[in-house]
Amino acid sequence: MKVVAQRPESLTDAPFHYCPGCTHGIIHRLVAECLDELNLREQAIGICPVGCAVLAYDYFNCDMLEAAHGRAPAIATGIKRLLPDRLVFTYQGDGDLASIGMGEIVHASGRGENITVIFVNNAIYGMTGGQMAPTTLLGQVTTTSPYGRTAEQAGYPLKMAELLAQNQGAAYICRTAVNNPANVMRTKKAIKKAFQTQMQAKGFSMVEILSTCPTNWGLSPLEALEWLEKNMIPYYPLGEFKVS
Amino acid sequence: MTKVLMKGNEALAEGALLAGCRAFFGYPITPSSEIAEYMARKMPKMGRTFLQAESELAAINMVYGAAATGNRVMTASSGPGISLKQEGISFLAEAELPSLIVNISRGGPGLGGIQPAQSDYFQATRGGGHGDYHIIVLAPSGVQEMMDFAMQGFDLADHYRIPVMIMAEGTLGQMMEPIIVREPVTDLPPKPWATTGCKGRKPNIINTLHLSPEFLEERNLHLQHKYKLIQEREAKAETFMVEDADLVVAAFGLMSRIAKRAVMDARQKGIKVGLIRPVTLWPFPEKAFQEAAEHVSKFLSVEISMGQMVEDIRLAVNGRVPVEFYGRIGLIPNPEEITRQIMKIAQQEGWV
Repeated sequence: MKVVAQRPESLTDAPFHYCPGCTHGIIHRLVAECLDELNLREQAIGICPVGCAVLAYDYFNCDMLEAAHGRAPAIATGIKRLLPDRLVFTYQGDGDLASIGMGEIVHASGRGENITVIFVNNAIYGMTGGQMAPTTLLGQVTTTSPYGRTAEQAGYPLKMAELLAQNQGAAYICRTAVNNPANVMRTKKAIKKAFQTQMQAKGFSMVEILSTCPTNWGLSPLEALEWLEKNMIPYYPLGEFKVS
Repeated sequence: MTKVLMKGNEALAEGALLAGCRAFFGYPITPSSEIAEYMARKMPKMGRTFLQAESELAAINMVYGAAATGNRVMTASSGPGISLKQEGISFLAEAELPSLIVNISRGGPGLGGIQPAQSDYFQATRGGGHGDYHIIVLAPSGVQEMMDFAMQGFDLADHYRIPVMIMAEGTLGQMMEPIIVREPVTDLPPKPWATTGCKGRKPNIINTLHLSPEFLEERNLHLQHKYKLIQEREAKAETFMVEDADLVVAAFGLMSRIAKRAVMDARQKGIKVGLIRPVTLWPFPEKAFQEAAEHVSKFLSVEISMGQMVEDIRLAVNGRVPVEFYGRIGLIPNPEEITRQIMKIAQQEGWV
Protein backbone atom coordinates (compact mmCIF):
# COMPACT_ATOMS: atom_id res chain seq x y z
CA MET A 1 0.00 0.00 0.00
CA LYS A 2 1.20 3.44 -0.89
CA VAL A 3 1.50 6.00 1.94
CA VAL A 4 -0.13 9.24 0.82
CA ALA A 5 -0.08 11.14 4.09
CA GLN A 6 1.71 10.64 7.38
CA ARG A 7 2.82 12.47 10.45
CA PRO A 8 5.98 14.50 9.80
CA GLU A 9 9.02 13.18 11.63
CA SER A 10 9.37 16.61 13.24
CA LEU A 11 6.11 16.08 15.14
CA THR A 12 5.80 13.68 18.07
CA ASP A 13 2.75 11.41 18.34
CA ALA A 14 1.39 13.36 21.35
CA PRO A 15 -2.21 14.45 20.68
CA PHE A 16 -2.60 18.25 20.47
CA HIS A 17 -4.41 19.87 23.38
CA TYR A 18 -5.78 22.68 21.22
CA CYS A 19 -9.51 23.47 21.12
CA PRO A 20 -11.62 22.12 18.25
CA GLY A 21 -11.22 24.33 15.20
CA CYS A 22 -8.12 26.12 16.48
CA THR A 23 -5.57 26.53 13.71
CA HIS A 24 -2.46 26.06 15.89
CA GLY A 25 -2.48 22.39 14.90
CA ILE A 26 -2.27 23.25 11.19
CA ILE A 27 0.59 25.67 11.82
CA HIS A 28 2.48 23.12 13.95
CA ARG A 29 2.19 20.65 11.10
CA LEU A 30 3.40 23.19 8.54
CA VAL A 31 6.46 24.04 10.66
CA ALA A 32 7.19 20.33 11.09
CA GLU A 33 6.79 19.59 7.37
CA CYS A 34 9.23 22.40 6.55
CA LEU A 35 11.78 21.06 9.06
CA ASP A 36 11.43 17.60 7.49
CA GLU A 37 11.63 18.79 3.89
CA LEU A 38 14.68 20.95 4.57
CA ASN A 39 16.22 18.12 6.60
CA LEU A 40 16.67 20.45 9.59
CA ARG A 41 15.03 18.53 12.44
CA GLU A 42 18.30 17.46 14.04
CA GLN A 43 19.76 20.96 13.84
CA ALA A 44 16.62 22.72 15.00
CA ILE A 45 16.15 24.33 18.40
CA GLY A 46 12.70 25.75 19.04
CA ILE A 47 11.43 28.09 21.74
CA CYS A 48 7.83 27.99 22.93
CA PRO A 49 6.00 31.05 24.22
CA VAL A 50 3.72 31.56 27.17
CA GLY A 51 0.24 31.19 25.75
CA CYS A 52 -1.72 28.42 24.06
CA ALA A 53 1.43 27.05 22.39
CA VAL A 54 3.33 26.81 25.68
CA LEU A 55 3.22 23.02 25.42
CA ALA A 56 4.60 22.95 21.87
CA TYR A 57 7.73 21.31 23.30
CA ASP A 58 5.58 18.18 23.64
CA TYR A 59 4.69 18.28 19.95
CA PHE A 60 7.85 19.25 18.07
CA ASN A 61 10.25 16.35 17.79
CA CYS A 62 13.41 18.44 18.10
CA ASP A 63 15.30 20.19 20.92
CA MET A 64 12.90 22.64 22.56
CA LEU A 65 12.87 25.29 25.27
CA GLU A 66 10.04 27.10 26.92
CA ALA A 67 10.40 30.82 27.54
CA ALA A 68 9.04 33.32 30.01
CA HIS A 69 6.23 35.47 28.60
CA GLY A 70 7.54 37.44 25.62
CA ARG A 71 11.20 36.55 26.07
CA ALA A 72 11.54 33.90 23.36
CA PRO A 73 13.50 36.17 20.95
CA ALA A 74 16.06 36.91 23.70
CA ILE A 75 16.45 33.20 24.45
CA ALA A 76 16.74 32.48 20.73
CA THR A 77 19.44 35.16 20.55
CA GLY A 78 21.43 33.51 23.35
CA ILE A 79 21.25 30.14 21.59
CA LYS A 80 21.95 31.39 18.08
CA ARG A 81 24.98 33.44 19.12
CA LEU A 82 26.61 30.33 20.55
CA LEU A 83 25.36 27.85 17.95
CA PRO A 84 25.25 29.91 14.74
CA ASP A 85 24.95 26.89 12.44
CA ARG A 86 21.75 25.58 14.05
CA LEU A 87 18.22 26.50 13.01
CA VAL A 88 16.72 28.49 15.86
CA PHE A 89 13.02 29.39 15.79
CA THR A 90 10.50 30.86 18.18
CA TYR A 91 6.79 30.14 18.08
CA GLN A 92 4.85 33.02 19.62
CA GLY A 93 1.33 34.34 19.96
CA ASP A 94 0.16 37.93 19.74
CA GLY A 95 0.02 38.68 23.47
CA ASP A 96 3.46 37.17 23.93
CA LEU A 97 5.14 38.82 20.94
CA ALA A 98 3.31 42.12 20.46
CA SER A 99 2.57 43.04 24.07
CA ILE A 100 4.82 41.79 26.86
CA GLY A 101 7.56 40.77 24.43
CA MET A 102 7.55 43.91 22.28
CA GLY A 103 11.01 44.95 23.42
CA GLU A 104 12.57 41.57 22.67
CA ILE A 105 11.02 41.18 19.20
CA VAL A 106 11.81 44.71 18.02
CA HIS A 107 15.44 44.48 19.12
CA ALA A 108 15.96 40.96 17.81
CA SER A 109 14.78 42.15 14.39
CA GLY A 110 16.74 45.38 14.71
CA ARG A 111 19.95 43.45 15.37
CA GLY A 112 19.21 41.30 12.38
CA GLU A 113 19.35 38.34 14.72
CA ASN A 114 19.56 35.33 12.44
CA ILE A 115 16.52 33.54 13.86
CA THR A 116 13.04 32.70 12.58
CA VAL A 117 9.86 33.77 14.34
CA ILE A 118 6.57 31.99 13.74
CA PHE A 119 4.07 34.59 14.92
CA VAL A 120 0.54 33.29 15.39
CA ASN A 121 -1.89 36.22 15.42
CA ASN A 122 -5.42 35.36 16.49
CA ALA A 123 -6.26 38.80 17.84
CA ILE A 124 -6.89 37.59 21.39
CA TYR A 125 -5.27 36.09 24.50
CA GLY A 126 -6.30 32.45 24.21
CA MET A 127 -4.84 30.59 27.16
CA THR A 128 -5.84 33.13 29.80
CA GLY A 129 -9.42 33.05 28.58
CA GLY A 130 -10.05 35.58 25.86
CA GLN A 131 -8.70 38.94 26.96
CA MET A 132 -7.87 41.85 24.64
CA ALA A 133 -4.56 41.57 22.78
CA PRO A 134 -2.56 44.33 21.12
CA THR A 135 -3.83 42.86 17.84
CA THR A 136 -7.51 42.77 18.88
CA LEU A 137 -9.52 44.60 16.21
CA LEU A 138 -11.54 47.74 16.87
CA GLY A 139 -15.03 46.74 17.92
CA GLN A 140 -13.94 43.20 18.82
CA VAL A 141 -15.48 41.93 22.04
CA THR A 142 -13.13 40.26 24.53
CA THR A 143 -13.39 39.71 28.28
CA THR A 144 -11.39 42.89 28.91
CA SER A 145 -13.08 44.86 26.12
CA PRO A 146 -16.61 43.63 26.87
CA TYR A 147 -18.24 46.51 24.94
CA GLY A 148 -15.89 46.11 21.99
CA ARG A 149 -12.42 47.59 21.66
CA THR A 150 -12.48 51.34 21.14
CA ALA A 151 -9.60 53.47 19.89
CA GLU A 152 -10.37 56.05 22.59
CA GLN A 153 -9.93 53.58 25.42
CA ALA A 154 -7.39 51.05 24.10
CA GLY A 155 -5.79 52.55 21.00
CA TYR A 156 -5.29 50.75 17.71
CA PRO A 157 -4.30 47.18 16.87
CA LEU A 158 -0.60 46.80 16.08
CA LYS A 159 0.59 45.64 12.69
CA MET A 160 3.71 43.72 13.58
CA ALA A 161 4.79 42.58 10.12
CA GLU A 162 4.70 46.16 8.81
CA LEU A 163 6.42 47.46 11.96
CA LEU A 164 9.30 44.98 11.88
CA ALA A 165 9.76 45.16 8.11
CA GLN A 166 11.04 48.72 8.62
CA ASN A 167 14.08 47.40 10.46
CA GLN A 168 17.18 47.06 8.33
CA GLY A 169 18.07 43.86 10.16
CA ALA A 170 14.87 42.14 9.02
CA ALA A 171 15.60 39.91 6.02
CA TYR A 172 12.27 38.22 5.47
CA ILE A 173 8.90 39.38 6.78
CA CYS A 174 5.66 37.90 5.52
CA ARG A 175 2.03 37.74 6.62
CA THR A 176 -0.12 34.78 5.71
CA ALA A 177 -3.33 33.16 6.94
CA VAL A 178 -4.55 29.60 7.44
CA ASN A 179 -8.23 30.16 6.71
CA ASN A 180 -8.38 28.08 3.50
CA PRO A 181 -6.26 25.43 1.74
CA ALA A 182 -4.66 27.91 -0.67
CA ASN A 183 -3.57 30.15 2.21
CA VAL A 184 -2.34 27.13 4.16
CA MET A 185 -0.06 26.24 1.24
CA ARG A 186 1.13 29.86 1.00
CA THR A 187 1.88 29.79 4.71
CA LYS A 188 3.98 26.67 4.31
CA LYS A 189 5.91 28.29 1.49
CA ALA A 190 6.55 31.36 3.65
CA ILE A 191 7.76 29.28 6.61
CA LYS A 192 10.11 27.40 4.32
CA LYS A 193 11.42 30.65 2.89
CA ALA A 194 11.96 32.03 6.40
CA PHE A 195 13.95 28.93 7.43
CA GLN A 196 16.00 29.17 4.25
CA THR A 197 16.65 32.85 4.91
CA GLN A 198 18.09 31.86 8.27
CA MET A 199 20.16 28.98 6.93
CA GLN A 200 21.63 31.37 4.38
CA ALA A 201 22.50 33.67 7.33
CA LYS A 202 20.63 36.61 5.81
CA GLY A 203 19.20 37.89 9.08
CA PHE A 204 15.93 38.05 10.97
CA SER A 205 12.89 36.32 9.51
CA MET A 206 9.27 36.28 10.64
CA VAL A 207 6.06 34.80 9.32
CA GLU A 208 2.97 36.36 10.86
CA ILE A 209 0.14 33.88 10.51
CA LEU A 210 -3.47 34.98 10.95
CA SER A 211 -5.09 32.24 12.98
CA THR A 212 -8.45 31.50 14.57
CA CYS A 213 -9.63 31.17 18.15
CA PRO A 214 -13.18 29.80 17.87
CA THR A 215 -13.46 29.25 21.63
CA ASN A 216 -12.66 32.78 22.70
CA TRP A 217 -14.18 34.42 19.66
CA GLY A 218 -17.43 32.62 20.54
CA LEU A 219 -17.79 31.18 17.04
CA SER A 220 -17.97 27.75 15.46
CA PRO A 221 -14.78 26.62 13.68
CA LEU A 222 -16.28 27.40 10.28
CA GLU A 223 -17.64 30.80 11.40
CA ALA A 224 -14.21 31.57 12.82
CA LEU A 225 -12.56 30.96 9.45
CA GLU A 226 -15.09 33.30 7.84
CA TRP A 227 -14.58 35.92 10.57
CA LEU A 228 -10.82 35.81 9.98
CA GLU A 229 -11.31 36.40 6.26
CA LYS A 230 -13.87 39.17 6.65
CA ASN A 231 -12.35 41.05 9.55
CA MET A 232 -8.68 40.25 10.00
CA ILE A 233 -7.41 40.13 6.41
CA PRO A 234 -8.71 43.62 5.52
CA TYR A 235 -6.86 45.11 8.52
CA TYR A 236 -3.85 42.79 8.34
CA PRO A 237 -3.10 42.50 4.61
CA LEU A 238 -1.39 39.32 3.47
CA GLY A 239 1.87 39.28 1.56
CA GLU A 240 5.60 39.68 1.78
CA PHE A 241 6.73 42.92 3.40
CA LYS A 242 10.45 42.34 3.18
CA VAL A 243 12.46 39.93 1.07
CA SER A 244 16.20 39.95 0.79
CA MET B 1 54.62 34.88 41.37
CA THR B 2 54.23 38.27 39.71
CA LYS B 3 51.30 40.28 40.81
CA VAL B 4 49.22 42.48 38.52
CA LEU B 5 47.39 45.63 39.58
CA MET B 6 43.74 45.23 38.60
CA LYS B 7 40.40 46.89 39.18
CA GLY B 8 37.82 44.67 40.90
CA ASN B 9 35.34 44.65 38.03
CA GLU B 10 38.08 43.83 35.55
CA ALA B 11 39.53 41.09 37.75
CA LEU B 12 36.09 39.52 37.93
CA ALA B 13 35.65 39.74 34.17
CA GLU B 14 39.10 38.27 33.57
CA GLY B 15 38.37 35.48 36.06
CA ALA B 16 35.21 34.63 34.15
CA LEU B 17 37.18 34.47 30.89
CA LEU B 18 39.81 32.25 32.51
CA ALA B 19 36.99 29.98 33.67
CA GLY B 20 35.88 29.56 30.06
CA CYS B 21 32.98 32.01 29.93
CA ARG B 22 31.83 31.91 26.27
CA ALA B 23 29.26 34.68 26.33
CA PHE B 24 28.40 37.83 28.21
CA PHE B 25 25.05 39.59 27.95
CA GLY B 26 24.59 42.84 29.82
CA TYR B 27 23.06 46.25 30.09
CA PRO B 28 24.99 49.30 31.31
CA ILE B 29 24.56 50.36 34.93
CA THR B 30 26.87 52.04 37.43
CA PRO B 31 28.90 50.72 39.22
CA SER B 32 29.10 47.45 37.25
CA SER B 33 29.60 48.73 33.68
CA GLU B 34 33.36 48.07 33.57
CA ILE B 35 32.61 44.35 33.50
CA ALA B 36 30.62 44.75 30.27
CA GLU B 37 33.21 47.15 28.86
CA TYR B 38 36.05 44.73 29.62
CA MET B 39 34.13 41.89 27.96
CA ALA B 40 33.30 44.08 24.95
CA ARG B 41 37.03 44.68 24.42
CA LYS B 42 38.24 41.15 25.07
CA MET B 43 35.61 38.65 23.98
CA PRO B 44 35.36 39.35 20.23
CA LYS B 45 39.14 38.97 19.93
CA MET B 46 38.88 35.59 21.64
CA GLY B 47 36.11 34.41 19.32
CA ARG B 48 33.60 34.63 22.16
CA THR B 49 30.26 36.42 22.35
CA PHE B 50 29.69 39.84 23.86
CA LEU B 51 26.25 41.33 23.35
CA GLN B 52 24.79 44.48 24.84
CA ALA B 53 21.16 43.62 25.40
CA GLU B 54 18.28 46.07 25.00
CA SER B 55 17.23 45.54 28.60
CA GLU B 56 18.08 43.63 31.76
CA LEU B 57 15.16 41.32 30.98
CA ALA B 58 16.57 40.52 27.58
CA ALA B 59 20.08 40.10 29.01
CA ILE B 60 19.05 37.49 31.57
CA ASN B 61 16.96 35.64 28.98
CA MET B 62 19.88 35.63 26.56
CA VAL B 63 21.81 34.04 29.43
CA TYR B 64 18.99 31.49 29.67
CA GLY B 65 19.28 30.58 25.99
CA ALA B 66 23.06 30.61 25.94
CA ALA B 67 23.31 28.54 29.16
CA ALA B 68 20.94 26.03 27.56
CA THR B 69 23.56 25.37 24.87
CA GLY B 70 25.82 24.01 27.63
CA ASN B 71 28.31 26.86 27.59
CA ARG B 72 29.55 28.94 30.52
CA VAL B 73 27.78 32.28 30.27
CA MET B 74 27.13 35.28 32.47
CA THR B 75 25.63 38.69 33.03
CA ALA B 76 26.45 41.54 35.41
CA SER B 77 24.45 44.43 36.75
CA SER B 78 23.64 46.36 39.88
CA GLY B 79 20.62 46.70 42.24
CA PRO B 80 17.87 48.12 39.99
CA GLY B 81 19.07 45.97 37.11
CA ILE B 82 19.19 42.86 39.27
CA SER B 83 15.57 43.52 40.28
CA LEU B 84 14.61 43.45 36.60
CA LYS B 85 16.48 40.18 36.12
CA GLN B 86 14.53 38.37 38.84
CA GLU B 87 11.99 36.89 36.43
CA GLY B 88 14.79 35.27 34.47
CA ILE B 89 16.66 34.13 37.57
CA SER B 90 13.55 32.28 38.80
CA PHE B 91 13.33 30.53 35.41
CA LEU B 92 17.07 29.71 35.45
CA ALA B 93 16.70 28.22 38.92
CA GLU B 94 13.82 25.95 37.94
CA ALA B 95 15.30 25.01 34.56
CA GLU B 96 18.53 24.27 36.49
CA LEU B 97 20.63 26.21 34.03
CA PRO B 98 24.15 26.92 35.32
CA SER B 99 24.93 30.60 34.98
CA LEU B 100 26.84 33.41 36.66
CA ILE B 101 25.07 36.61 37.71
CA VAL B 102 27.06 39.47 39.17
CA ASN B 103 25.61 42.21 41.37
CA ILE B 104 28.05 45.06 41.91
CA SER B 105 25.74 46.46 44.48
CA ARG B 106 24.62 49.98 45.26
CA GLY B 107 22.16 51.45 47.73
CA GLY B 108 18.39 51.32 47.26
CA PRO B 109 15.46 51.24 47.46
CA GLY B 110 14.31 52.62 44.11
CA LEU B 111 17.03 54.16 42.06
CA GLY B 112 18.83 54.79 45.35
CA GLY B 113 22.38 55.90 44.80
CA ILE B 114 25.57 54.66 43.23
CA GLN B 115 27.48 54.35 46.48
CA PRO B 116 28.46 50.86 47.63
CA ALA B 117 25.89 48.98 49.67
CA GLN B 118 24.89 45.55 50.91
CA SER B 119 21.17 46.19 50.95
CA ASP B 120 20.41 43.61 48.23
CA TYR B 121 21.21 40.86 50.76
CA PHE B 122 17.57 39.83 51.24
CA GLN B 123 16.96 39.79 47.49
CA ALA B 124 20.06 37.67 46.85
CA THR B 125 19.67 35.17 49.68
CA ARG B 126 15.90 34.62 49.53
CA GLY B 127 15.81 33.71 45.86
CA GLY B 128 14.66 37.14 44.77
CA GLY B 129 12.01 36.18 42.25
CA HIS B 130 8.82 34.11 42.45
CA GLY B 131 8.72 30.54 43.72
CA ASP B 132 10.66 28.41 46.20
CA TYR B 133 14.24 28.60 45.11
CA HIS B 134 17.71 29.68 46.11
CA ILE B 135 20.81 30.61 44.24
CA ILE B 136 24.35 30.31 45.56
CA VAL B 137 25.63 33.74 46.62
CA LEU B 138 29.35 34.41 47.01
CA ALA B 139 30.63 37.60 48.64
CA PRO B 140 34.24 38.45 47.77
CA SER B 141 36.18 40.73 50.09
CA GLY B 142 38.99 41.82 47.77
CA VAL B 143 40.07 42.06 44.16
CA GLN B 144 41.82 38.66 44.24
CA GLU B 145 38.55 37.06 45.29
CA MET B 146 36.70 38.93 42.55
CA MET B 147 38.75 36.84 40.14
CA ASP B 148 38.77 33.63 42.17
CA PHE B 149 35.06 33.64 42.98
CA ALA B 150 34.17 34.22 39.33
CA MET B 151 36.06 31.01 38.55
CA GLN B 152 34.69 29.08 41.53
CA GLY B 153 31.22 30.43 40.76
CA PHE B 154 31.20 28.74 37.35
CA ASP B 155 32.38 25.47 38.91
CA LEU B 156 29.61 25.55 41.51
CA ALA B 157 27.05 26.51 38.86
CA ASP B 158 28.01 23.56 36.65
CA HIS B 159 28.32 21.10 39.52
CA TYR B 160 24.90 21.82 41.02
CA ARG B 161 23.17 23.09 37.86
CA ILE B 162 22.25 26.31 39.62
CA PRO B 163 22.59 30.06 38.99
CA VAL B 164 25.39 31.51 41.09
CA MET B 165 25.53 35.15 42.11
CA ILE B 166 28.59 37.11 43.04
CA MET B 167 27.52 40.02 45.19
CA ALA B 168 30.17 42.66 45.78
CA GLU B 169 29.83 46.20 47.02
CA GLY B 170 30.37 48.86 44.37
CA THR B 171 33.66 49.75 46.06
CA LEU B 172 35.06 46.31 45.31
CA GLY B 173 34.20 46.71 41.67
CA GLN B 174 35.89 50.09 41.49
CA MET B 175 39.03 49.66 43.60
CA MET B 176 42.41 48.32 42.49
CA GLU B 177 44.63 45.78 44.25
CA PRO B 178 47.59 43.68 43.18
CA ILE B 179 46.49 40.12 42.40
CA ILE B 180 47.83 36.86 41.07
CA VAL B 181 46.23 36.03 37.74
CA ARG B 182 45.09 32.39 37.72
CA GLU B 183 45.66 29.74 35.07
CA PRO B 184 42.88 29.25 32.51
CA VAL B 185 40.51 26.34 33.02
CA THR B 186 40.61 23.84 30.18
CA ASP B 187 38.65 20.85 31.38
CA LEU B 188 34.94 21.60 31.46
CA PRO B 189 32.24 19.11 32.46
CA PRO B 190 30.00 17.59 29.75
CA LYS B 191 26.36 18.75 29.68
CA PRO B 192 24.28 16.04 28.03
CA TRP B 193 21.07 17.89 28.89
CA ALA B 194 21.93 20.89 26.69
CA THR B 195 19.70 21.87 23.76
CA THR B 196 22.13 21.81 20.87
CA GLY B 197 20.09 20.05 18.18
CA CYS B 198 19.09 16.41 18.60
CA LYS B 199 21.48 14.80 16.12
CA GLY B 200 22.09 11.22 17.23
CA ARG B 201 19.93 11.40 20.36
CA LYS B 202 16.40 12.02 21.60
CA PRO B 203 15.30 15.67 21.77
CA ASN B 204 16.19 17.57 24.94
CA ILE B 205 13.58 19.82 26.49
CA ILE B 206 14.26 22.70 28.86
CA ASN B 207 11.09 23.97 30.47
CA THR B 208 9.67 25.22 33.74
CA LEU B 209 5.95 24.60 33.25
CA HIS B 210 4.57 21.72 35.29
CA LEU B 211 0.80 21.56 35.04
CA SER B 212 0.49 18.31 36.98
CA PRO B 213 0.24 19.26 40.68
CA GLU B 214 2.06 16.09 41.69
CA PHE B 215 4.91 16.73 39.29
CA LEU B 216 5.20 20.37 40.36
CA GLU B 217 5.62 19.19 43.94
CA GLU B 218 8.13 16.58 42.83
CA ARG B 219 10.16 19.27 41.04
CA ASN B 220 10.11 21.45 44.14
CA LEU B 221 11.18 18.56 46.36
CA HIS B 222 14.02 17.85 43.93
CA LEU B 223 15.19 21.47 44.20
CA GLN B 224 14.92 21.43 47.98
CA HIS B 225 16.96 18.25 48.12
CA LYS B 226 19.65 19.93 46.04
CA TYR B 227 19.57 23.04 48.24
CA LYS B 228 19.98 20.92 51.37
CA LEU B 229 23.02 19.27 49.86
CA ILE B 230 24.50 22.65 49.00
CA GLN B 231 23.82 23.89 52.55
CA GLU B 232 25.65 20.90 53.97
CA ARG B 233 28.63 21.11 51.64
CA GLU B 234 29.18 24.65 50.50
CA ALA B 235 28.46 27.00 53.42
CA LYS B 236 31.69 28.87 54.04
CA ALA B 237 32.93 31.41 56.57
CA GLU B 238 36.24 32.86 57.65
CA THR B 239 36.86 33.35 61.33
CA PHE B 240 39.35 35.64 63.04
CA MET B 241 40.19 35.52 66.77
CA VAL B 242 36.88 33.86 67.57
CA GLU B 243 38.26 31.09 69.86
CA ASP B 244 38.47 33.15 73.08
CA ALA B 245 36.06 35.91 72.08
CA ASP B 246 33.34 37.33 74.31
CA LEU B 247 31.98 39.35 71.41
CA VAL B 248 31.92 38.38 67.74
CA VAL B 249 31.52 40.93 65.00
CA ALA B 250 29.96 39.64 61.77
CA ALA B 251 30.53 41.30 58.43
CA PHE B 252 30.80 40.17 54.80
CA GLY B 253 32.42 41.47 51.64
CA LEU B 254 34.70 44.46 51.76
CA MET B 255 32.93 45.45 54.97
CA SER B 256 34.56 42.45 56.66
CA ARG B 257 38.02 43.94 56.06
CA ILE B 258 36.96 47.23 57.61
CA ALA B 259 35.43 45.35 60.55
CA LYS B 260 38.63 43.32 60.97
CA ARG B 261 40.57 46.52 61.54
CA ALA B 262 38.09 47.53 64.25
CA VAL B 263 38.41 44.08 65.84
CA MET B 264 42.21 44.48 66.00
CA ASP B 265 41.86 47.98 67.47
CA ALA B 266 39.48 46.72 70.14
CA ARG B 267 41.80 43.80 70.93
CA GLN B 268 44.53 46.37 71.65
CA LYS B 269 42.12 47.96 74.08
CA GLY B 270 41.86 44.60 75.83
CA ILE B 271 38.45 43.52 74.54
CA LYS B 272 38.13 39.86 73.60
CA VAL B 273 36.48 40.32 70.24
CA GLY B 274 36.57 38.22 67.08
CA LEU B 275 35.18 38.28 63.57
CA ILE B 276 33.09 35.93 61.46
CA ARG B 277 33.02 36.71 57.77
CA PRO B 278 30.41 34.76 55.79
CA VAL B 279 31.97 33.95 52.43
CA THR B 280 28.80 32.33 51.11
CA LEU B 281 25.72 34.41 51.89
CA TRP B 282 23.54 31.56 50.67
CA PRO B 283 24.05 28.97 51.95
CA PHE B 284 24.50 30.97 55.15
CA PRO B 285 27.36 29.57 57.27
CA GLU B 286 25.17 28.90 60.30
CA LYS B 287 27.64 26.50 61.91
CA ALA B 288 30.30 29.17 62.42
CA PHE B 289 27.78 31.22 64.40
CA GLN B 290 26.36 28.25 66.29
CA GLU B 291 29.83 27.19 67.40
CA ALA B 292 30.73 30.72 68.48
CA ALA B 293 27.40 30.99 70.33
CA GLU B 294 28.73 28.33 72.73
CA HIS B 295 31.08 30.85 74.32
CA VAL B 296 30.36 34.43 73.20
CA SER B 297 27.92 36.65 75.05
CA LYS B 298 27.00 38.80 72.08
CA PHE B 299 27.15 39.14 68.29
CA LEU B 300 27.35 42.43 66.44
CA SER B 301 26.40 42.42 62.76
CA VAL B 302 27.95 45.30 60.84
CA GLU B 303 26.46 45.92 57.41
CA ILE B 304 26.16 48.55 54.72
CA SER B 305 22.39 48.32 55.01
CA MET B 306 19.67 48.93 57.54
CA GLY B 307 20.04 45.37 58.88
CA GLN B 308 19.58 42.30 56.72
CA MET B 309 22.22 39.63 57.44
CA VAL B 310 21.51 40.23 61.13
CA GLU B 311 18.28 38.26 60.63
CA ASP B 312 20.19 35.19 59.44
CA ILE B 313 22.51 35.37 62.44
CA ARG B 314 19.49 35.55 64.75
CA LEU B 315 17.96 32.53 62.98
CA ALA B 316 21.27 30.65 63.27
CA VAL B 317 21.73 31.24 67.01
CA ASN B 318 18.01 30.94 67.68
CA GLY B 319 17.82 33.19 70.73
CA ARG B 320 20.77 31.69 72.60
CA VAL B 321 22.86 34.86 72.31
CA PRO B 322 21.71 38.43 71.66
CA VAL B 323 22.59 39.79 68.22
CA GLU B 324 23.08 43.53 67.84
CA PHE B 325 23.30 45.53 64.67
CA TYR B 326 25.20 48.51 63.37
CA GLY B 327 24.87 49.71 59.81
CA ARG B 328 24.76 52.67 57.51
CA ILE B 329 23.58 53.14 53.97
CA GLY B 330 24.92 55.64 51.47
CA LEU B 331 27.98 55.81 53.70
CA ILE B 332 30.23 52.97 54.80
CA PRO B 333 30.86 52.35 58.51
CA ASN B 334 34.51 53.18 59.22
CA PRO B 335 36.79 51.32 61.66
CA GLU B 336 36.49 54.02 64.34
CA GLU B 337 32.70 53.87 64.29
CA ILE B 338 32.76 50.08 64.62
CA THR B 339 35.33 50.25 67.43
CA ARG B 340 33.03 52.69 69.23
CA GLN B 341 30.16 50.21 68.88
CA ILE B 342 32.38 47.44 70.25
CA MET B 343 33.45 49.61 73.22
CA LYS B 344 29.83 50.55 73.90
CA ILE B 345 28.94 46.87 74.16
CA ALA B 346 32.07 46.26 76.29
CA GLN B 347 30.90 48.94 78.73
CA GLN B 348 27.34 47.57 78.86
CA GLU B 349 28.73 44.11 79.57
CA GLY B 350 31.14 45.42 82.21
CA TRP B 351 34.27 44.31 80.37
CA VAL B 352 35.89 47.72 80.79
